Amino acid sequence: MDLELLHFQILSAALFSIGLYGVLARRSAVLVLVSIELLLNAVNVNLIGQAAFVDRPPDERVFGQVLAIFIITISAAEIGLAMAIVLRVFRNRGTANADELDTMKW
Amino acid sequence: MSAIVFYVLAVITVIGALGVVLDRNVVRATLSLLIAMLGVAGIFLVAYAEFLALAQILIYAGAVTIVILFAIMLTRTTDLNINLDNPQRPVAFLIAVGVFVLLTLTFIYSDVPQLAEPDSVAVAIAESNSTGFETVGDSLFNQWAIPFEIASVILLVAMVGAIALARGDDNEPAVDASVEINEVSA
Repeated sequence: MDLELLHFQILSAALFSIGLYGVLARRSAVLVLVSIELLLNAVNVNLIGQAAFVDRPPDERVFGQVLAIFIITISAAEIGLAMAIVLRVFRNRGTANADELDTMKW
Repeated sequence: MSAIVFYVLAVITVIGALGVVLDRNVVRATLSLLIAMLGVAGIFLVAYAEFLALAQILIYAGAVTIVILFAIMLTRTTDLNINLDNPQRPVAFLIAVGVFVLLTLTFIYSDVPQLAEPDSVAVAIAESNSTGFETVGDSLFNQWAIPFEIASVILLVAMVGAIALARGDDNEPAVDASVEINEVSA
Protein backbone atom coordinates (compact mmCIF):
# COMPACT_ATOMS: atom_id res chain seq x y z
CA MET A 1 0.00 0.00 0.00
CA ASP A 2 1.53 3.24 -1.15
CA LEU A 3 1.64 6.44 0.81
CA GLU A 4 -1.06 8.88 -0.20
CA LEU A 5 -2.56 12.16 0.93
CA LEU A 6 -5.36 10.44 2.85
CA HIS A 7 -2.86 8.98 5.34
CA PHE A 8 -1.60 12.44 6.25
CA GLN A 9 -5.14 13.76 6.49
CA ILE A 10 -6.30 10.99 8.82
CA LEU A 11 -3.22 11.38 11.04
CA SER A 12 -3.95 15.12 11.09
CA ALA A 13 -7.58 14.46 12.07
CA ALA A 14 -6.45 12.09 14.85
CA LEU A 15 -3.95 14.61 16.25
CA PHE A 16 -6.56 17.37 16.04
CA SER A 17 -9.23 15.42 17.94
CA ILE A 18 -6.74 14.29 20.60
CA GLY A 19 -5.66 17.90 21.08
CA LEU A 20 -9.29 19.06 21.18
CA TYR A 21 -10.01 16.50 23.89
CA GLY A 22 -7.03 17.82 25.86
CA VAL A 23 -8.18 21.44 25.54
CA LEU A 24 -11.66 20.53 26.79
CA ALA A 25 -10.78 17.98 29.48
CA ARG A 26 -7.66 19.36 31.19
CA ARG A 27 -7.92 21.61 34.22
CA SER A 28 -4.42 23.04 34.34
CA ALA A 29 -3.95 26.04 32.04
CA VAL A 30 -0.45 24.82 31.19
CA LEU A 31 -1.78 21.48 29.93
CA VAL A 32 -4.52 23.24 27.95
CA LEU A 33 -1.77 25.22 26.19
CA VAL A 34 0.20 22.03 25.53
CA SER A 35 -2.92 20.58 23.89
CA ILE A 36 -3.24 23.72 21.75
CA GLU A 37 0.26 22.97 20.45
CA LEU A 38 -1.07 19.56 19.39
CA LEU A 39 -3.88 21.27 17.46
CA LEU A 40 -1.40 23.52 15.63
CA ASN A 41 0.75 20.52 14.75
CA ALA A 42 -2.26 18.68 13.34
CA VAL A 43 -2.74 21.60 10.95
CA ASN A 44 0.93 21.46 10.00
CA VAL A 45 0.79 17.72 9.23
CA ASN A 46 -2.16 18.34 6.93
CA LEU A 47 -0.40 21.25 5.18
CA ILE A 48 2.79 19.28 4.62
CA GLY A 49 0.81 16.35 3.27
CA GLN A 50 -0.94 18.65 0.82
CA ALA A 51 2.38 20.25 -0.15
CA ALA A 52 3.78 16.84 -1.01
CA PHE A 53 0.85 15.19 -2.77
CA VAL A 54 -1.49 17.73 -4.38
CA ASP A 55 -1.30 17.81 -8.17
CA ARG A 56 0.21 21.26 -8.66
CA PRO A 57 3.52 22.61 -9.97
CA PRO A 58 6.27 22.56 -7.29
CA ASP A 59 6.51 26.35 -7.00
CA GLU A 60 2.83 26.46 -6.02
CA ARG A 61 3.01 23.39 -3.81
CA VAL A 62 5.82 24.85 -1.70
CA PHE A 63 3.31 27.33 -0.32
CA GLY A 64 2.14 24.55 2.00
CA GLN A 65 5.59 24.46 3.57
CA VAL A 66 5.81 28.26 3.79
CA LEU A 67 2.44 28.41 5.52
CA ALA A 68 3.61 25.73 7.96
CA ILE A 69 6.68 27.88 8.77
CA PHE A 70 4.37 30.80 9.59
CA ILE A 71 2.22 28.56 11.79
CA ILE A 72 5.31 27.39 13.71
CA THR A 73 6.35 31.03 14.18
CA ILE A 74 2.95 32.09 15.45
CA SER A 75 2.70 29.11 17.78
CA ALA A 76 6.13 29.92 19.26
CA ALA A 77 5.01 33.51 19.90
CA GLU A 78 1.71 32.25 21.31
CA ILE A 79 3.29 29.77 23.73
CA GLY A 80 5.73 32.40 25.04
CA LEU A 81 3.04 35.00 25.67
CA ALA A 82 0.55 32.48 27.05
CA MET A 83 3.07 31.08 29.52
CA ALA A 84 3.85 34.62 30.71
CA ILE A 85 0.11 35.20 31.25
CA VAL A 86 -0.22 31.89 33.12
CA LEU A 87 2.72 32.86 35.37
CA ARG A 88 1.11 36.25 36.02
CA VAL A 89 -2.27 34.66 36.85
CA PHE A 90 -0.56 32.17 39.14
CA ARG A 91 1.24 34.98 40.97
CA ASN A 92 -1.97 37.00 41.39
CA ARG A 93 -4.42 34.21 42.16
CA GLY A 94 -2.31 31.37 43.54
CA THR A 95 -3.65 28.87 41.02
CA ALA A 96 -3.10 27.99 37.39
CA ASN A 97 -6.19 25.81 37.04
CA ALA A 98 -8.53 27.13 34.39
CA ASP A 99 -11.71 26.06 36.22
CA GLU A 100 -10.80 28.01 39.36
CA LEU A 101 -10.41 31.29 37.47
CA ASP A 102 -14.15 31.98 37.51
CA THR A 103 -14.29 35.59 38.75
CA MET A 104 -16.00 36.71 35.56
CA LYS A 105 -18.34 33.70 35.46
CA TRP A 106 -21.96 34.81 35.56
CA MET B 1 8.90 1.49 2.10
CA SER B 2 8.02 5.08 2.93
CA ALA B 3 4.53 3.88 3.85
CA ILE B 4 5.97 1.59 6.56
CA VAL B 5 8.10 4.43 7.94
CA PHE B 6 5.02 6.65 7.91
CA TYR B 7 2.95 4.11 9.84
CA VAL B 8 5.64 3.66 12.51
CA LEU B 9 6.02 7.44 12.90
CA ALA B 10 2.24 7.93 12.96
CA VAL B 11 1.88 5.38 15.77
CA ILE B 12 4.68 7.10 17.75
CA THR B 13 3.02 10.50 17.21
CA VAL B 14 -0.43 9.32 18.28
CA ILE B 15 0.96 7.55 21.37
CA GLY B 16 2.79 10.75 22.34
CA ALA B 17 -0.33 12.84 21.77
CA LEU B 18 -2.45 10.47 23.87
CA GLY B 19 0.18 10.72 26.60
CA VAL B 20 -0.19 14.51 26.54
CA VAL B 21 -3.94 14.44 27.17
CA LEU B 22 -4.24 11.32 29.35
CA ASP B 23 -1.19 11.17 31.62
CA ARG B 24 -1.78 11.90 35.30
CA ASN B 25 1.65 13.49 35.77
CA VAL B 26 2.19 17.02 34.41
CA VAL B 27 5.88 16.59 33.64
CA ARG B 28 5.34 13.25 31.93
CA ALA B 29 2.54 14.76 29.83
CA THR B 30 4.94 17.48 28.67
CA LEU B 31 7.63 14.95 27.82
CA SER B 32 5.00 13.03 25.83
CA LEU B 33 4.58 16.23 23.81
CA LEU B 34 8.29 15.94 23.00
CA ILE B 35 7.72 12.40 21.64
CA ALA B 36 4.75 13.56 19.56
CA MET B 37 6.74 16.49 18.15
CA LEU B 38 9.66 14.27 17.17
CA GLY B 39 7.21 11.90 15.45
CA VAL B 40 5.72 14.82 13.52
CA ALA B 41 9.25 15.89 12.52
CA GLY B 42 9.82 12.39 11.10
CA ILE B 43 6.54 12.63 9.19
CA PHE B 44 7.72 15.95 7.69
CA LEU B 45 10.83 14.11 6.48
CA VAL B 46 8.70 11.41 4.85
CA ALA B 47 6.82 14.21 3.00
CA TYR B 48 10.09 15.78 1.69
CA ALA B 49 9.90 18.82 4.00
CA GLU B 50 13.46 18.74 5.37
CA PHE B 51 13.53 22.36 6.52
CA LEU B 52 10.24 21.95 8.38
CA ALA B 53 11.55 18.82 10.10
CA LEU B 54 14.63 20.70 11.34
CA ALA B 55 12.57 23.71 12.44
CA GLN B 56 10.15 21.38 14.20
CA ILE B 57 12.92 19.72 16.22
CA LEU B 58 14.61 23.06 17.03
CA ILE B 59 11.50 25.02 17.98
CA TYR B 60 9.12 22.44 19.44
CA ALA B 61 11.44 19.80 20.84
CA GLY B 62 13.96 22.42 21.94
CA ALA B 63 12.36 25.71 22.84
CA VAL B 64 8.64 25.07 23.43
CA THR B 65 9.13 22.02 25.66
CA ILE B 66 11.65 23.92 27.79
CA VAL B 67 9.29 26.90 28.13
CA ILE B 68 6.45 24.60 29.19
CA LEU B 69 8.66 22.78 31.71
CA PHE B 70 9.68 26.15 33.19
CA ALA B 71 6.04 27.21 33.42
CA ILE B 72 5.16 23.95 35.19
CA MET B 73 8.06 24.43 37.60
CA LEU B 74 7.03 28.03 38.39
CA THR B 75 3.28 27.36 38.75
CA ARG B 76 3.72 24.26 40.88
CA THR B 77 1.53 23.95 43.93
CA THR B 78 2.30 21.58 46.77
CA ASP B 79 0.02 18.79 45.53
CA LEU B 80 1.40 17.75 42.15
CA ASN B 81 -0.79 14.70 41.72
CA ILE B 82 -4.19 16.30 42.17
CA ASN B 83 -6.95 15.57 39.68
CA LEU B 84 -5.81 17.06 36.38
CA ASP B 85 -9.08 16.63 34.51
CA ASN B 86 -12.36 18.49 34.42
CA PRO B 87 -15.71 16.95 35.30
CA GLN B 88 -16.65 17.61 31.65
CA ARG B 89 -14.39 14.76 30.47
CA PRO B 90 -17.15 12.55 28.97
CA VAL B 91 -18.53 15.47 26.95
CA ALA B 92 -15.01 16.31 25.77
CA PHE B 93 -14.51 12.68 24.71
CA LEU B 94 -17.75 12.66 22.72
CA ILE B 95 -16.88 15.97 21.01
CA ALA B 96 -13.38 14.74 20.13
CA VAL B 97 -14.68 11.47 18.66
CA GLY B 98 -17.35 13.38 16.73
CA VAL B 99 -14.79 15.79 15.29
CA PHE B 100 -12.52 12.90 14.31
CA VAL B 101 -15.32 11.04 12.50
CA LEU B 102 -16.46 14.23 10.76
CA LEU B 103 -12.93 15.18 9.62
CA THR B 104 -12.16 11.64 8.44
CA LEU B 105 -15.37 11.41 6.41
CA THR B 106 -14.67 14.83 4.89
CA PHE B 107 -11.15 13.77 3.91
CA ILE B 108 -12.33 10.44 2.46
CA TYR B 109 -15.04 12.01 0.32
CA SER B 110 -13.10 15.11 -0.75
CA ASP B 111 -11.53 14.85 -4.19
CA VAL B 112 -8.33 16.86 -4.08
CA PRO B 113 -6.42 16.23 -7.33
CA GLN B 114 -3.44 14.14 -6.28
CA LEU B 115 -0.19 13.37 -8.01
CA ALA B 116 -0.27 10.06 -9.85
CA GLU B 117 3.13 9.11 -8.51
CA PRO B 118 3.77 9.95 -4.84
CA ASP B 119 7.53 10.22 -5.28
CA SER B 120 7.28 12.82 -8.02
CA VAL B 121 8.02 15.56 -5.48
CA ALA B 122 11.49 14.11 -5.09
CA VAL B 123 11.73 13.73 -8.87
CA ALA B 124 10.68 17.35 -9.41
CA ILE B 125 13.21 18.53 -6.86
CA ALA B 126 15.95 16.47 -8.55
CA GLU B 127 14.99 17.73 -12.02
CA SER B 128 14.98 21.38 -11.04
CA ASN B 129 18.51 20.95 -9.62
CA SER B 130 17.50 22.48 -6.32
CA THR B 131 17.05 21.05 -2.88
CA GLY B 132 13.93 21.41 -0.79
CA PHE B 133 15.76 24.07 1.20
CA GLU B 134 16.29 26.19 -1.90
CA THR B 135 12.70 25.91 -3.06
CA VAL B 136 11.35 26.91 0.35
CA GLY B 137 13.89 29.73 0.69
CA ASP B 138 13.11 31.10 -2.76
CA SER B 139 9.42 31.16 -2.04
CA LEU B 140 9.83 32.52 1.48
CA PHE B 141 12.13 35.41 0.59
CA ASN B 142 10.64 36.37 -2.78
CA GLN B 143 6.92 35.74 -2.88
CA TRP B 144 6.29 35.81 0.88
CA ALA B 145 8.92 38.31 1.99
CA ILE B 146 6.50 40.81 3.56
CA PRO B 147 4.56 38.21 5.60
CA PHE B 148 7.96 36.89 6.71
CA GLU B 149 8.98 40.33 8.00
CA ILE B 150 5.60 40.76 9.72
CA ALA B 151 6.10 37.39 11.41
CA SER B 152 9.48 38.53 12.73
CA VAL B 153 7.89 41.70 14.15
CA ILE B 154 5.19 39.56 15.79
CA LEU B 155 7.90 37.42 17.40
CA LEU B 156 9.66 40.53 18.72
CA VAL B 157 6.42 41.98 20.11
CA ALA B 158 5.54 38.66 21.74
CA MET B 159 9.00 38.44 23.30
CA VAL B 160 8.86 41.98 24.73
CA GLY B 161 5.28 41.41 25.89
CA ALA B 162 6.17 38.14 27.59
CA ILE B 163 9.05 39.80 29.45
CA ALA B 164 6.87 42.74 30.51
CA LEU B 165 4.08 40.42 31.69
CA ALA B 166 6.22 37.93 33.56
CA ARG B 167 8.51 40.49 35.20
CA GLY B 168 5.77 42.17 37.21
CA ASP B 169 6.02 45.41 39.16
CA ASP B 170 9.20 46.25 41.00
CA ASN B 171 7.44 47.77 44.02
CA GLU B 172 4.91 44.97 44.34
CA PRO B 173 5.76 42.61 47.19
CA ALA B 174 5.79 38.91 46.39
CA VAL B 175 2.39 37.46 47.23
CA ASP B 176 2.16 34.34 49.33
CA ALA B 177 0.07 31.94 47.27
CA SER B 178 -1.76 30.31 50.20
CA VAL B 179 -2.81 33.68 51.68
CA GLU B 180 -4.09 34.69 48.27
CA ILE B 181 -6.24 31.56 47.93
CA ASN B 182 -7.87 32.28 51.30
CA GLU B 183 -8.59 35.85 50.28
CA VAL B 184 -10.16 34.76 47.03
CA SER B 185 -12.34 32.10 48.59
CA ALA B 186 -13.38 34.34 51.47
